[in-house]
Amino acid sequence: MTGGASARTSFARRVSTMLYSRPRTRLGLLLSAPLAWLVLIYVASLAALLVTALWTVDDYTGAIKMEWTFDNIVHVVTGSLYQTVTLRTVGVALLVTVVDLIIALPIAFFMAKVASSRIQRLMVIAVLMPLWASYLVKAYAWRSVLSHDGILAWLLRPLGLDTPGYSLTGVVLTMGYIWLPYVILPLYAGLERVPNSLLEAASDLGAKSFTTFRTVVLPMLTPAIIAGSIFSFSLTLGDYITVNIVGGASQMLGNLVYTNVGTANNLPMAAAIALIPIVIMFGYIAAVRKTGALENL
Amino acid sequence: MVAGDSAIKLSKLTKRFGDFVAVDNLDLEIAEGEFFSMLGPSGSGKTTVLRMIAGFELPSSGTVQLGADDVTDKAPFDRDVNTVFQDYALFPHMTVLENVAYGLRVRGVGKKEREQQALAALETVQLAHLGSRKPNELSGGQRQRVALARAIVVKPKVLLLDEPLGALDLKLREQMQIELKALQRELGITFIFVTHDQEEALTLSDRVAVFNNGRIEQLGTPEELYDRPVSEFVARFVGTSNVFSADEAKAILGIDSKASVRPEKLRITAATGSAPSDLRIPRAIECTVEESVYLGVAVRIHTKTKAGQRISVLEHDSQQRWQRGESVKVWFEEQDLVRID
Repeated sequence: MTGGASARTSFARRVSTMLYSRPRTRLGLLLSAPLAWLVLIYVASLAALLVTALWTVDDYTGAIKMEWTFDNIVHVVTGSLYQTVTLRTVGVALLVTVVDLIIALPIAFFMAKVASSRIQRLMVIAVLMPLWASYLVKAYAWRSVLSHDGILAWLLRPLGLDTPGYSLTGVVLTMGYIWLPYVILPLYAGLERVPNSLLEAASDLGAKSFTTFRTVVLPMLTPAIIAGSIFSFSLTLGDYITVNIVGGASQMLGNLVYTNVGTANNLPMAAAIALIPIVIMFGYIAAVRKTGALENL
Repeated sequence: MVAGDSAIKLSKLTKRFGDFVAVDNLDLEIAEGEFFSMLGPSGSGKTTVLRMIAGFELPSSGTVQLGADDVTDKAPFDRDVNTVFQDYALFPHMTVLENVAYGLRVRGVGKKEREQQALAALETVQLAHLGSRKPNELSGGQRQRVALARAIVVKPKVLLLDEPLGALDLKLREQMQIELKALQRELGITFIFVTHDQEEALTLSDRVAVFNNGRIEQLGTPEELYDRPVSEFVARFVGTSNVFSADEAKAILGIDSKASVRPEKLRITAATGSAPSDLRIPRAIECTVEESVYLGVAVRIHTKTKAGQRISVLEHDSQQRWQRGESVKVWFEEQDLVRID
């Protein structure tokens, strides 16, 4: 019926007109769903985590007692086990970040500044492709690579070397591999924003390749490097699966959280441990903020 | 042409991108202290030649000589030439002073010394007071000057300018043209200026090379290019011309080659009028007025011959407004008719 159709049209039109003349309503409708998600689910669960860390567990029944205490946090901060594991976790996360940056920089540079646009597209796909595969599959693949009769041993033994086996080194290699795309992509995007003419200008003014890199590329790339390092650093800080699969007997913070949730059934303790990586990331971002690099993001 | 040794010598220079020949077997010598322009439409190869002189592109064949040295295979940082880029290419994370001092910094000049020299260079472009600003806090014209200062502070033998005034508005462009010319005179170094603006090339240059399809169509002083274009392309690209095809030239003018005549060399009278008295060997073409456009400083009259050939006349002291459809005679001096290929 034409009459009904035109009535509907005019209703849609009226809504559109109403929204057009009321920018605040428009903005409210646009943002209400994501904001609700962010506040209710995301921030609230973080707050719940903090609150849980201040509770305790009944030693006999294992039930959570909602009594306010700083015991868990004091325990986590002063306990030598937690200190050792925290240092180890931060060390692994730093190493993974450094390894990823060293591998990602030349790849990203090639993609952004050297490759033809066809090769560039192919490489973006190649970098993204590992993200389509399951995390577990990739970790187990590395378990086979690192094993004593694996491909790494087979490749290295003729050179008088051996596979690092299931160890922290294995963890660094595996995580470096798994998080690499998250580091390459921001660096690639950052390098794309450096016009070629700037590199030519530096060279024109007498700077050799390394000097150009140090004085022009690197300073302009700092925000991208920080963005990439936040990914590899924070993702490593919270991981426990890779450590279980290729880490041998080594433990990281994630493993402690996992055991406290599962085996030990001590959720408040797990929450207290989980606060450590959060505090470290806040510290890192605060330090980065001080350098002013975030203003260029 | 300024007398002196050659600053740049290009021999049999060719650049191919895949199947496309951007620069085709080019020979060119540019003298020391010369203001030399490479003029042509986009894609004519002028910028590629500039980039090969700077070292950003390596030639497919041929050589680039800088003074007595063959620099064909040398990297940009080993060549004593500097470039002012079309987009200025200022380093966004450095202040204006740091930008200008950059060339000195990578040469290992001490901080105090290089800042002094950079400040002096900024003074020559009247920007010494803006040294602590970042490039994004400057206007287009100011960025242009910073790019100039940054290139001249290292005292190159040759300064390459790649359409440096292209992004500026007309007033600013005219002002910068005057300043560029003055700067070149003051520094006494060779300027090689790439532009697609024929007026700019004529205003600034000692000599101009007109590029078309990777070749130099004509090389000469601005006067030679304007008064004696050798081809239809040059006649049309440099200034405006009335170009007669070979057939038209034969029918209308009775000559055996293509010919061109500048609109301002033409005079116009009524169909019954006699030749202007100052023409020594007057020739006349009978035309009809199609349109008369008032330009302020002059009047442009568009006319048409019986055969349909359009002829445009530029009259500076016009006594009379010509009406559409009016029969007129268009007069010119025999010697102002240029025979072209």
